[in-house]
Amino acid sequence: MRFAVLQFPASNCDQDCVHAVRSLGHHADLVWHKDGSLDGFDAVIVPGGFSYGDYLRCGAIARFSPVVVALQRFAAQGGLVLGICNGFQILCEAGLLPGALVRNRSLQFRCEQVFLKTASQNSPFTSLTPDARPLKMPVAHGEGCFFADESTLKELQENQQILWQYCDAQGRLTEESNPNGSLLNIAGICNVSRNVAGLMPHPDRASDSVLGSTDGRFIFESMVAALQQKRAA
Amino acid sequence: MPSSKSQPLAVPTPIIRMKAKVTITPKRAVLDPQGKAVQNALEHLGYSGIGAVHVGKYLEIELTGSNPEECRPKLDEACRRFLSNPVIEDYKLVIE
Repeated sequence: MRFAVLQFPASNCDQDCVHAVRSLGHHADLVWHKDGSLDGFDAVIVPGGFSYGDYLRCGAIARFSPVVVALQRFAAQGGLVLGICNGFQILCEAGLLPGALVRNRSLQFRCEQVFLKTASQNSPFTSLTPDARPLKMPVAHGEGCFFADESTLKELQENQQILWQYCDAQGRLTEESNPNGSLLNIAGICNVSRNVAGLMPHPDRASDSVLGSTDGRFIFESMVAALQQKRAA
Repeated sequence: MPSSKSQPLAVPTPIIRMKAKVTITPKRAVLDPQGKAVQNALEHLGYSGIGAVHVGKYLEIELTGSNPEECRPKLDEACRRFLSNPVIEDYKLVIE
């Protein structure tokens, strides 16, 4: 499978994403933000970082790049898109995912391992996650608090669009396990069509045992499985 | 000599310099921990009677055009589309 990893000025997890995909035996190519085409790719990863210095708002400027225009088309055609950290912020700014990410409630930049409960296995990003097993992966963000108004939150719950929630090591959703104050402990969501997802934690930094966890692989492997299923159909 | 009707001189619309002042504030429903931190600090500094504080953004945009009200629709669009995020922010636009 061919993964595109987008690169904006000041993206800094692009290489981590490329490494994670390649270590699973698949192709990964960096695509510069000025590129207007995503032809030939099976999936797109929007990586973490501080694109455009987080000027104005995180992801506010990146979302108008030519590559994001191409991404809108790619997503509309059902292509698989995963936004990680700044990538999640960009997808929300671009309207590809609902809600927004705001400043962490503690006002601290939180850089630590968290546990994630997979709230729905019904998606191309979570299908291969072992049942009920909290995933361990790092967060590193200052603006990761997920916010959406009441009606949007209700929709997310009704449509099972919440994919990951912060939990403790036993899988319990607690306030202490929430590093940023996100509503409903939301760490990541998907769109209604379930082909676009975003999360604040870094599966790209939890795909190599030397980094302390390989739980991030479940997310990439789920994507590959979904793509293989689509190809076989 | 036949008299020629004189054409009235076309007066070009003057182009003036204007300044758009955009104030962006977090929506009430959005938690504003920065505002809370500033409120606490003001109280600790000894200022009494301090209520809620909301921290926002202020932008000044210099522009040229014929008149402020003509520029308003485009600037409103820029505010909604880019300068503010309507999910979490409100904006106020003043053009001088």
